[in-house]
Amino acid sequence: MRRRLGYEGVAVTAPVTVPYVRYSTHGAHWFIGQALRSLVKTAGIAKDDIDGLTVSSFSLVPDTAVGVTQHMGLSPRWLDHIPTGGASGVMSLRRAARAVQAGDADIVACVAADTNHVDSFRATLGSFSDFARDATYPYGSGGPNSIFAFVTANFMRRYGATREDFGRIAVAQRANALKNPNALFKKPLSMEEYIAARPISEPIHLFDCVMPCAGAEAFLVMREERARDLGLPYVLVRGAIERHNAFADDPVMERGGWLMDRDDLYAQAGATPADVDFLQPYDDYPVIVMLQLEDLGFCGKGEGPAFVRTQRLTHDGDLPVNTSGGQLSAGQAGAAGGFLGMTEAIRQLTGQAGARSVPAARLGLVSGFGMVTFDRCLCTGAVLLGSPS
Amino acid sequence: MTMPLMRPKRKNPVLRTPQMNLPPGARGRVALGMTAAAAEGRFELQACAECGAVQYPPREACHRCLSADLRWQRQSGAGELLSVTTLSHSNDNFFRERLPWRLGLVKLDNGPTLVTHVHGEVAGSGARVVVGARLDRAGQAVLIAFPPEGSEHMADDKVLREMTSDPKLRKVLVTDGKSPTGQALARALIGAGADIVWLGHAEPWKKMPGFAEVAALPQVTPVALDLTNERSVSELAGEIGGKVDIVINNAEVHRTAGIAARRGTDVARAEMDVNYFGLLRLAQAFAPALKGRSADGVLNATAWVNILSIYALANFPPHGTFSASKAAALSLAQCLRAEMRPAGVRVINVFPGPVDDEWNQNLPPPKLAPSALAAAVVRALKDGVEDVYPGDVAQEWLARWRENPKVLERELAAGGL
Ligand SMILES: [Zn+2]
Repeated sequence: MRRRLGYEGVAVTAPVTVPYVRYSTHGAHWFIGQALRSLVKTAGIAKDDIDGLTVSSFSLVPDTAVGVTQHMGLSPRWLDHIPTGGASGVMSLRRAARAVQAGDADIVACVAADTNHVDSFRATLGSFSDFARDATYPYGSGGPNSIFAFVTANFMRRYGATREDFGRIAVAQRANALKNPNALFKKPLSMEEYIAARPISEPIHLFDCVMPCAGAEAFLVMREERARDLGLPYVLVRGAIERHNAFADDPVMERGGWLMDRDDLYAQAGATPADVDFLQPYDDYPVIVMLQLEDLGFCGKGEGPAFVRTQRLTHDGDLPVNTSGGQLSAGQAGAAGGFLGMTEAIRQLTGQAGARSVPAARLGLVSGFGMVTFDRCLCTGAVLLGSPS
Repeated sequence: MTMPLMRPKRKNPVLRTPQMNLPPGARGRVALGMTAAAAEGRFELQACAECGAVQYPPREACHRCLSADLRWQRQSGAGELLSVTTLSHSNDNFFRERLPWRLGLVKLDNGPTLVTHVHGEVAGSGARVVVGARLDRAGQAVLIAFPPEGSEHMADDKVLREMTSDPKLRKVLVTDGKSPTGQALARALIGAGADIVWLGHAEPWKKMPGFAEVAALPQVTPVALDLTNERSVSELAGEIGGKVDIVINNAEVHRTAGIAARRGTDVARAEMDVNYFGLLRLAQAFAPALKGRSADGVLNATAWVNILSIYALANFPPHGTFSASKAAALSLAQCLRAEMRPAGVRVINVFPGPVDDEWNQNLPPPKLAPSALAAAVVRALKDGVEDVYPGDVAQEWLARWRENPKVLERELAAGGL
């Protein structure tokens, strides 16, 4: 394979969050609008300076990024619709970076937003994909809970993981969330509470599940010189990978596409996992965080349980994980859940993370995971973000 | 081990009878291929005609070689339970009303991974299982993992019972008790543990052979029922409609003639009056009551069986008007099935070949014994299938009809059976 073009000179900046609410009567467009407004304000640019746009949303249907341009009065010369949920943050950044490098756009706004009505989660499940409609929703209608219960139960059986091991992840992320003013969960979580929580789909219990909510996350992608000219604190893309439908012959998901491409990822950055100051893995369920610890090289396959027993995962710990609290404790604002790690990583590396700052962070890893259509999640991706030296 | 089903306590008459919430019934067109096979009791998956890959969920192309030449292929269902979960939460009312509910992830020995319902006798992860396809209450195919060998009462499993219409402890109406088939049905139902069999007889003053013996069985209650008389039908519905769990309509008039052999339409009318209008009258009177009780506990109203004829598929000229009346009945039965579906009541159509009775006297063997037809009906109720073609003649006709209906028409016109 020909060596790819590097991501040199691409800056990521202006992380914005439209505050999360459990339910909203607004539509997805409202959250997209407020995210764009916040981007413009934060960056000190004119709305018309945005000449590239990516949109990620589930509740936007039947609209796509196309309808958003007219709705918001934008006239970009580059547009992408990236409805890939938990992988949308990484995938949007990768596409926007290339557009900026090629000169197809100067300033790309990457936006993920979803609303949450009282019945919208249920309504989404049955029509999520052809395979979900035909082959999973008629089986208990548990949504992703039952699929990740299979993945979790299998992981426990094969590698000796216990509920406490997953609890360590959830408890540490809650501690991080208490220092994130936007997190929906405001109370500490103890291991006892985690273990005692009611079962949802055995072995998945309440605190293994995210809380669906409404909200938005967004950031800007531009050339490094432009960010400097605008006086914006920014980070650089040091490496990026994605992979879809990896290891399709594994009868049950035990590893993700990160494993196929991680050497490439670290090679792009000239780094190793030991150089990574924090990790923002996609966390729809704790078992998926554990898979990412393994598949991104922080420990070997099957060593995740032992790893979380010895490593402190809080923002001031050995390997800070999901310093915002992640979706497990901040909330899952639909597709914005796939952007949460990205905005948090930019904040950490630009000194905007307040009380939950990772001391002296220079290199952060953001990984994404999205779209369960049948029995596993199909999209994986990761980016290494670094402080400009 | 499944605990045997016990007669539930008498219900409080003041309580509202629960309404039926169906499980999710939406399926794509390709996936309905699995339902078509399950309706006849088979578990089939797509197999690629070019590379042989067996795949699931159903697709529009082979996931291995991209061929569009995909055939439905019968599966043994043998596999291993990789992972299992018990749902305590569901987003759908059907399941919410039935929690907890066990689901499994199964790897079939020949490749694909499936999400399935799990029979209660299947042990945990790592167990060997046999996956079968069943119709759920929405009438769509679903997969269920069974133990390789079940216990005596495995049919009483809570999950499985949502996919079957087992006559055990249920109350059944058989519309014609005077025919050998009706009497065989009564005996077979009692053998399967039916609680009550109401046995219809149209002209109580006529003594028919065998009726008195069957009517004397403790589970049998003879009831006056004349399907040609709307009042008779509605009176019986008023009496027992709110208690019937299964209706089996076996009443028929069968004369042997085509068009030219007879003058006038009296005989054809008599056939239509029972075989077609009789079904219509019966459905108008009894279907609403069945629909209203379709979620009424473990002994809910569950099924409607039509004894049609294989002649409903293609006209058999020596029995031409009878064939026409059965074709009309089949068409109406499809309408009934569509109307019963929102309530989750299964409509089973049975297409026997010639039954060994007086009206098929001149036809050569093999002919279907009434007891074999009755056994096929009970098996259909237990297996939860929707279309049944009992006997060798019916099976052969079906195969010929599926292969080429026009060729079959020509063969029948030339006097072939
Ligand atoms: Zn193929």
